[in-house]
Amino acid sequence: METHKLIEVKDLETQFHTPEGIVYAVNGISFFVHEGETLAVVGESGCGKSVTMLSFLRLIPTPPGEIVSGQALYREKDLLRISEDEMEHIRGKEIAMIFQDPMTSLNPVLTIGRQITEPLHTHLGLNKAEARDRAIKLLLDVGIPDAARRLNDYPHQFSGGMRQRVMIAMALACAPSLLIADEPTTALDVTIQAQIIELVAHIRQHMNMAVIWITHDLGVVAGMADRVMVMYAGFVVEEAHVEELYDNPRHPYTHALLSALPRVDRRRDSRLKSIPGAPPNLLVKPHGCPFAPRCEHTIERCGNENPPLQKVAPEHFAACWVDVRTGAPK
Amino acid sequence: MTRYIIRRILQGIPLVFLVSLVLFIMMQNMGDPLATMGGRSVTRKEDRARLSRQLGLDQPVLVQYFYWLVGNDFVKIDIDGDGTPETYGTRKGVLRGDFGTSLVAREPAMEVILSRLPNTLILMLTSEFVVIFGALLIGVYSALKQYSLLDNIVTTFSFVGYSMPIFFLALSLMYIFAVNFKRWGLPYLPTVGMYDPQVGDTPAQVLIHMVLPVVTIAVNSFSAYSRYIRSTMLEALGQDYIRTARAKGLPKREIVFIHALKNASLPIVTIVGLDLPFLLGGALVTERIFAWPGMGRLFIDHVSRGDTPVVMGIMVLIAISVVVFQILTDIVYAWLDPRIRYS
Repeated sequence: METHKLIEVKDLETQFHTPEGIVYAVNGISFFVHEGETLAVVGESGCGKSVTMLSFLRLIPTPPGEIVSGQALYREKDLLRISEDEMEHIRGKEIAMIFQDPMTSLNPVLTIGRQITEPLHTHLGLNKAEARDRAIKLLLDVGIPDAARRLNDYPHQFSGGMRQRVMIAMALACAPSLLIADEPTTALDVTIQAQIIELVAHIRQHMNMAVIWITHDLGVVAGMADRVMVMYAGFVVEEAHVEELYDNPRHPYTHALLSALPRVDRRRDSRLKSIPGAPPNLLVKPHGCPFAPRCEHTIERCGNENPPLQKVAPEHFAACWVDVRTGAPK
Repeated sequence: MTRYIIRRILQGIPLVFLVSLVLFIMMQNMGDPLATMGGRSVTRKEDRARLSRQLGLDQPVLVQYFYWLVGNDFVKIDIDGDGTPETYGTRKGVLRGDFGTSLVAREPAMEVILSRLPNTLILMLTSEFVVIFGALLIGVYSALKQYSLLDNIVTTFSFVGYSMPIFFLALSLMYIFAVNFKRWGLPYLPTVGMYDPQVGDTPAQVLIHMVLPVVTIAVNSFSAYSRYIRSTMLEALGQDYIRTARAKGLPKREIVFIHALKNASLPIVTIVGLDLPFLLGGALVTERIFAWPGMGRLFIDHVSRGDTPVVMGIMVLIAISVVVFQILTDIVYAWLDPRIRYS
């Protein structure tokens, strides 16, 4: 594995100004992705996974959103400081993104062909015929048969899985170095999910592309990620290589997530464990550890101080005052 | 699609007949045409009886409608009043292109209407063009810069413009740009007619005479249209596919004018399609105030004198164009949104 960092996000903080008050969506997150590496970002709905990625791509609607602080270094450029023009050359060309709902993410009134060739015209300056040829190749690559004819079709003429394939083809159009996949399989049938995951894994290897895969499904993560970052309430609570994280989870939240996963080797009559309580209210800036109210290892310190991300093993970081293996304070 | 259009046209035909029948019956209560035919002098009793027989006004209303529709050149009418019909009628009926003779102008009704139609179209189409073009610019801008200073200013003026009565706006514009500008020695705008008779009917004259009426008509619709475009654009801009387009790194103008506007244009097409046929009818109040010789003035002048042939001619024209524009709107829908398919 190459060790060159493709993107490094430092202390990213994003907030939303709403009539109810400030929503603290992302609270000082740092992470990096190596070239060609796959990072899985895991967490419950509303924990700030998507907002983090949309923030450094500057796709957060402002207002109400505001990127309060942070850096996002991509190939020595800080994406949060460069001009909007420069950013347009990075979006879609160097960093591409696919979204959760393929039903709404494609423009219903433009042909698939037009939507795929747009970035080819904009970023690569291809003419009409060249762009069309490349679009056909892209569609064939993502497994859409009869691609030449289907270019003239509109999104409503495709099934959900096929639309997500189109989204992927669109994202891959300019051969980006980083692909951000924001829960791309959540809205799809289970069988289609597997196909899409396999497709992305295949393409990633083929193109040596880095991938940030956002999901709340730990089962998906195991199969394809190199590293995993677990998020909770806008904080990173644990980060490790995928085997390490599964074998040796060091944050109570990760622990609970893994216990909540159904397993075929467990007894049938054993109940699935769920995490008690509800995700925190992001309108309130947390005092102590945001997970403390739902945690079974809570000690006094948890309510007062938010634990920083600390090294717990080589290339393994967790943010907890307690050693979950023993239940004793560190 | 072709079958759909043919079906819509076939559905439209009985509709136009029905509308014309209802309007014809209503016209019976719009005053006494015979009373106005004599001009300043009161119509004599024997003239009334003769005219009423000649024009068929002594017949039941449904028979009158029938004659209006298909003519009466195949039936004998009793003009001299001796009880025996002896003369064939002269009317050919609307279905054969004869809208009758204007009771006021004593000319074929359709000729009277067609002589006014261009005047109205030049006024109304100019206004509609100004309104759509301006409202698109302002509406899109307001949507992009929601709650900005200009957006708030436009919002305020839209409400003022929309709630201002047209006659008041027209008189205010006259007062400022004609009366006061003249008094202050500034170049001032004309207030009546289409051209200065001393200069003649030149394009420059018509253009300058058009300024105030166009502004009067435009302000009202402009306010409504720009609000409408603003809200449909705001809705489109908030959609997931706009985020996708931005994530692709497309230039902003492409995102706004192609990805968003094409989606936002559907509801806009609806209101434009509903408004366009009524342009034919002209602007009743504005044409009256600015003495613009258009359809609106023609309508008022003739409806108040019970001139059924002319009024019915105007009404039928509008009814037909409503049907035609509805079909056109549907065709534009299918062209804009591929999900709409008629079968």
